[in-house]
Amino acid sequence: MADENKEIDAVTGTATTGHEWDGIRELNTPLPRWWLWTFYACIVWAVGYWVLYPTWPLLTSSTQGVLGYHTRTAVVEDLNALKVLRGPMMDKLTSAPVSTIVNDPQLLDFARAQGRVAFADNCAACHGAGGGGAKGYPNLNDDDWLWGGKLADIEQTIRHGARNGDDNAHIGNMPAFGRDNILKAPEISAVADYVRSLSGLSTEKGADAALGKKVFADNCALCHGPEGKGNRELGAPNLTDKIWLYSPAKEVIMEGIRNGRGGVMPAWEGRLSEPTIKALTVYVYSFGGGEK
Amino acid sequence: MIGPGAQTLSLDRQTPTASGLARLVAEAEVGGEPPEDEIPLYAPRRKIYPQSVRGKFRTVKWAVLGVTLAIYYLLPFVRWDRGPSAPDQAVLIDFSSRRFYFFFIEIWPQEVYYLTGLLILAAIALFLMNAVAGRVWCGYLCPQTVWTDLFFAIERLCEGDRREHMQRDGRKWSVETYARKGVKHFLWLMVAWWTGGAWVLYFADAPTLVKDLATGQAPFMAYLWIGILTFTTYTLAGHMREQVCLYMCPWPRIQAALTDEYALNVTYRYDRGEPRCSAKKADALHALGKPAGDCVDCLQCVHVCPTGVDIRGGANLGCIQCGICIDACDAVMTKLGRATGLIAFDTDLNIKQRIEGKQPFFKLLRMRTILYAAVIVIAGGIMVFTLATRNSEGISVIHDRNPMFVRMSDGALRNGYTIRIVNKQLKYREFMIAVDGLPSTIVDYVGLPPRNDGRQLVAVGPDQTHEVRVVVTDYSTTPPAPSTTILFRLMDVNSGEVAEMRDHFFGP
Repeated sequence: MADENKEIDAVTGTATTGHEWDGIRELNTPLPRWWLWTFYACIVWAVGYWVLYPTWPLLTSSTQGVLGYHTRTAVVEDLNALKVLRGPMMDKLTSAPVSTIVNDPQLLDFARAQGRVAFADNCAACHGAGGGGAKGYPNLNDDDWLWGGKLADIEQTIRHGARNGDDNAHIGNMPAFGRDNILKAPEISAVADYVRSLSGLSTEKGADAALGKKVFADNCALCHGPEGKGNRELGAPNLTDKIWLYSPAKEVIMEGIRNGRGGVMPAWEGRLSEPTIKALTVYVYSFGGGEK
Repeated sequence: MIGPGAQTLSLDRQTPTASGLARLVAEAEVGGEPPEDEIPLYAPRRKIYPQSVRGKFRTVKWAVLGVTLAIYYLLPFVRWDRGPSAPDQAVLIDFSSRRFYFFFIEIWPQEVYYLTGLLILAAIALFLMNAVAGRVWCGYLCPQTVWTDLFFAIERLCEGDRREHMQRDGRKWSVETYARKGVKHFLWLMVAWWTGGAWVLYFADAPTLVKDLATGQAPFMAYLWIGILTFTTYTLAGHMREQVCLYMCPWPRIQAALTDEYALNVTYRYDRGEPRCSAKKADALHALGKPAGDCVDCLQCVHVCPTGVDIRGGANLGCIQCGICIDACDAVMTKLGRATGLIAFDTDLNIKQRIEGKQPFFKLLRMRTILYAAVIVIAGGIMVFTLATRNSEGISVIHDRNPMFVRMSDGALRNGYTIRIVNKQLKYREFMIAVDGLPSTIVDYVGLPPRNDGRQLVAVGPDQTHEVRVVVTDYSTTPPAPSTTILFRLMDVNSGEVAEMRDHFFGP
């Protein structure tokens, strides 16, 4: 400290730093010595960290610390602790049939919480985050089910999927009526109009309704039913309701008739654990469209 | 910058010996070291040996100490019956169940604004205290003051009063000195340990925790916190003492901005005390018809001060307004047969009044005190009102994010909601949810079997919340707007109490 700064303030008896702003001078108040010792203590404390925890980077790793602490093993420990915590409920979920789960409010809450996570991990890619579906991927919230909406149906579909080669998978394809030369272009157009009329949608001017009806009866009714109500055994959609897996546009319907349809869902049995499949079943069922 | 070492707060005052007094204070602060050429970077600490004293302020201080410590140590053991579904501890901060219990009040985490209100009240009460009588909080109620005072008492018990203690410290330490200091530190640690022990009792059932602590079965966290509180109490009350007030605490600085010339402060009445001289000399001066002050410069006021302040230097950053110096000075004045009150809770303004021959006065009702009191009354009133009228049930609604709406096979529109029902009563309750705002809707609870009478009721346990998924289907023939405001009404089917929450029904 330069000597010319050493000016003693008359009121306080404390030296000033020599800094002055508009006549206000800064007092140079010395820090208490314990403050200094606290500072040193903090440095020593930091050295403790070096010894106890992984700290200094080496060429390929780092110093490990005598506690053996590692964030990855800490996460594993936390996960294991969580498994133990969930143990009793998880056991119940594993042993109880899905029909029991939905009638036990506590177990239902647990299953839905588990199902929500499993759905986001495995199902949301196709069916959407909330099960809202997309073109070609069914909306799981509504009351229209290709393969059945009862608990057992949903469980079966999740376990074995559809059209995927699994022995118990749902099977049944829509043939490619156009590509395989089963139907001619005018017939396809006529039956597309007819299909639209089944759910009360408008038809094109000059559509041949009689031809459409005949083509439907000859080719489509086998799977979709004489009234177009569909067939869940074959995954043939109900054509008379307001829900369309692809689109109600005539062009899209014709595209389906020409090239066929056959959406694939993977079989999850073996990939997901038993309680996870049950949780997913209950979760999808409780979107609101589940059938009694 | 007014640093902590700058002990004198320069209020607008002129005393004949202002600079001389200031130097005295400054010397007292840095241990009487003569000014050196080099300004020291770090100030050494002067140990303070406060002398014991008797008097009315000391009595009040003992009483406050007794009451506050009794509350702190014993409150966790007070029981309050809340029925079988809630703990019976009167004051309990239950982190694991996320509840705060205070006698008949139970606070949920989402009601933390009550705590905010309490903090506002505490702050304004502190302001009001300050406007009326300076830093009485610091002198009487602050935990630092209370525990330090207790530790001073233990120190005097073990090592004797000021003079004896100083003498023993000054000599070469004997076995007795070590023994006395050993006993003191042991007692300090016991008090500190019990302080930490009482602390953790506020966070768990006290009798159970005491048993668990004694048998070594308490959670590690309990022992850890006892350790932390033992350390802080022992360090702050035993070793740091006045250093906390002088260097660590922001309140002395804030206080300087909150006080005014009418606030009562511990004041040396220099109009009466100056010029200082011995009793003998005063008699001689009086005989000559010259002025002589009442202050005999006995330094009793300095010797009893827990922060080592010389109050005769004027309003002071180190002064915690405990009034102990008043008791010391009054004792001396009584012995001398002079009037007491040479040091008193007074104002500099009154000193000037007396010098000018005017009547001293105390102005309690000022804009400052009235406003503080008004804020306390209003904030307290609002808190009491909201607490008294708060609902014991609540509903929160989250609309499904995806899909926003669902088209059913018959063309009807459906929206899904996740509803959380809050039951703040300590009993099991049943609720019904209804929806207003759409012409024809059906409300369906997912996964909730209907009762025998066909109703779907949501049961919520005592002091719990319950989440249900609700789907609302609109069957009206006219297509609904892209967004319709609807109202969820939650009703306790037994008591008829209602909680409502607005949300939306979305369509294409």
